[in-house]
Amino acid sequence: MALLLLLLLPVAGAAVLGVIGAHRRAPEVNALISVGTFLAACALTARVIHHGTVLLGDEQFFIDPFNVFLVALTAFVGMTTALFSRPYMRVELDHGRLSAGRLRLYHSMYQLFMFTMLLALTTNNMGLMWVAMEGATLSTVLLVTLYRTPGSLEAGWKYFILCGVGIAQALFGTILLYVAAGKVLGAQGMTALLWTHLDAVKSQLEPTVLALAFVFLLIGYGTKVGLVPLHSWLPDAHAEGPTPISAVLSGLLLNVALYAVVRSKVLVQGALHSQLPSQMLMGFGLLSVVLASLLLWRQRDIKRLFAYSSIEHMGIATFAFGMGGAIATFAALLHMTVHSLTKSSIFFTAGHAAQKAGSQAIEQIRGLITLSPTVGWGLMLGSLAILGVPPFGVFTSEFLILTTAMREQPWATPILLAALAVAFAAILSKVQPMVFGETTVRRLAHPPALLPVFAHLAIVLLLGVYIPPYLAEWYRAAAHLIGGP
Amino acid sequence: MTHLPLDQQLLDTCAALLLLLSFAMLSQRRIVTLVNLYALQGAVLAAATLLLAWRTGEDHLYLSAALTLALKVALLPWLLHRLIRRLDVYWDTEPLLNVTGTMLAGLVIVVFAFALAQPITRLASTATRSAVGIAVSVVLLAFLMMITRRKAMSQVIGFLSMENGVFFGAMSASYGMPMVVELGVALDVLVAVLVLGVFFFQIRERFESLDLHHLESLKEHD
Repeated sequence: MALLLLLLLPVAGAAVLGVIGAHRRAPEVNALISVGTFLAACALTARVIHHGTVLLGDEQFFIDPFNVFLVALTAFVGMTTALFSRPYMRVELDHGRLSAGRLRLYHSMYQLFMFTMLLALTTNNMGLMWVAMEGATLSTVLLVTLYRTPGSLEAGWKYFILCGVGIAQALFGTILLYVAAGKVLGAQGMTALLWTHLDAVKSQLEPTVLALAFVFLLIGYGTKVGLVPLHSWLPDAHAEGPTPISAVLSGLLLNVALYAVVRSKVLVQGALHSQLPSQMLMGFGLLSVVLASLLLWRQRDIKRLFAYSSIEHMGIATFAFGMGGAIATFAALLHMTVHSLTKSSIFFTAGHAAQKAGSQAIEQIRGLITLSPTVGWGLMLGSLAILGVPPFGVFTSEFLILTTAMREQPWATPILLAALAVAFAAILSKVQPMVFGETTVRRLAHPPALLPVFAHLAIVLLLGVYIPPYLAEWYRAAAHLIGGP
Repeated sequence: MTHLPLDQQLLDTCAALLLLLSFAMLSQRRIVTLVNLYALQGAVLAAATLLLAWRTGEDHLYLSAALTLALKVALLPWLLHRLIRRLDVYWDTEPLLNVTGTMLAGLVIVVFAFALAQPITRLASTATRSAVGIAVSVVLLAFLMMITRRKAMSQVIGFLSMENGVFFGAMSASYGMPMVVELGVALDVLVAVLVLGVFFFQIRERFESLDLHHLESLKEHD
């Protein structure tokens, strides 16, 4: 029931907003639907906590400790982003960057995007997961190009083609998985693509074909995660689209794509007698961390800056999943959570800052704190949090990952540390003048919605200081599921 | 010489035709012809599916063949032709690599694809498993086409042809995918083309051309 509500609400919302999305009150409707979706996610979470893994809808859907926390996170960030976008999009409308008709497209596609994310997370069918991931690209392409500027059209085109080609590779990987499974589970079964069934027989699956399948799946979904060298769509799409979309792309889409990669990895690792999937994840992860942190120095656009930071953090999580084992996987899950919360809050403040300064160029944004201390402090605290300054949750997860790396993969530790240091210096040196100093910004007609920003940061802070026991239990169960004992 | 049953021979012919069509698309610069070649590829694909359905008696393959026929032979080419007319793009410019070079690269790719398909061919238990190599070739050739073309329209046709290859791979290695997945994939492809249609108009409105060199300004700043 909760699941049905969870999936149907966004679809119904997309349909309703497709009709009334240009109405003056449409942003409120959008927020209301997102709140409803979040409540459904809460109900579902409560059910899984009490009853453990559930299979629903003829085994086509399943909720286990791994995906339920992502469902809750996705619905939560979806809700806060809808709240944030309310005043933000009104300001854009006032500035004449949008027409009412495009606002309708925006609202409708936003709900559709939420639906595809939640479907990709809850489905048990690897094929449906593919369909949902492709749907996520399609529903956001027209959002990236919402402003119709030359830059946004280019970003949209790049996004479409790169992710399209990537996702075609993932489809091929899924087919290979199906072929290998058909051998064991009986070729014509509907069950041969169900993750739970595949997981049960994974040790009998043909290793060579699965290794090949994993390469295709990793390239396919890895393009969406933004792993270097498949990342080039990511900064453009983040910088050129409207800010709420940057926030959900960074905070949610990357997570869900990484979720798909990890689900595939569990299967393939079980079939293979080598460490190939782990090594590939570690390699791609490390490359992303290093390259992204170097490229941070060259960024002049505030949203591009934080887009590269997303690549870096996805690299860290990918590396941790590659290391495997209970602690590293626990840390990777925590990292996904805190990164998602922190990065979306940063995009919220960055969006407001850019609106106040009338430009996304870092040079044009100066002295935020004099005019609006909340936006200034939000940006500063968010940046400190994402850089892994101690009381925040990112510190905890990075610390766990680094200490595990020291023990298991000592060669990688200096590289990771150096990259983190470079990123720290790069981001701080760019954020500091934006927040402090002589001001260039002006006041806006609609007061910014800053509750989401501080709510996110408060949760990240809380997770850094104290992880509630049931949450820790939850992460452990998920880590056990993915990383093995 | 061993004699293959007639349906097997026909299936192999279909596979060979698919590969041939991929090469034809690779060298074709007239976009209208490109769409026709794509439609032809869809038709061959539908024929192969139908043959396979008849031979294995799998009901869902009939459905899948009908779906291919409706989508890839009728609907998508019609949409693409309409787009071409309304956007007035008939020719692609000189590709980044000349035709001879592209063809040679294509040959290398086919050899590579067959090597890649080896383990799958060994594992698959279908009668058509030898065609997996061709499916991989079609995918990679389409990829080559996307890399070497400049017009957005040709890149899209390359993308669609790549999907044809993946689909043929699914069919020859495992007699297709579960129906719900196939429907989902078909839906995605259809929506993709519709989104692209909207998108092309946006590009044209802004640049008055569909040449992709306009879309190269977002480079890293030095």
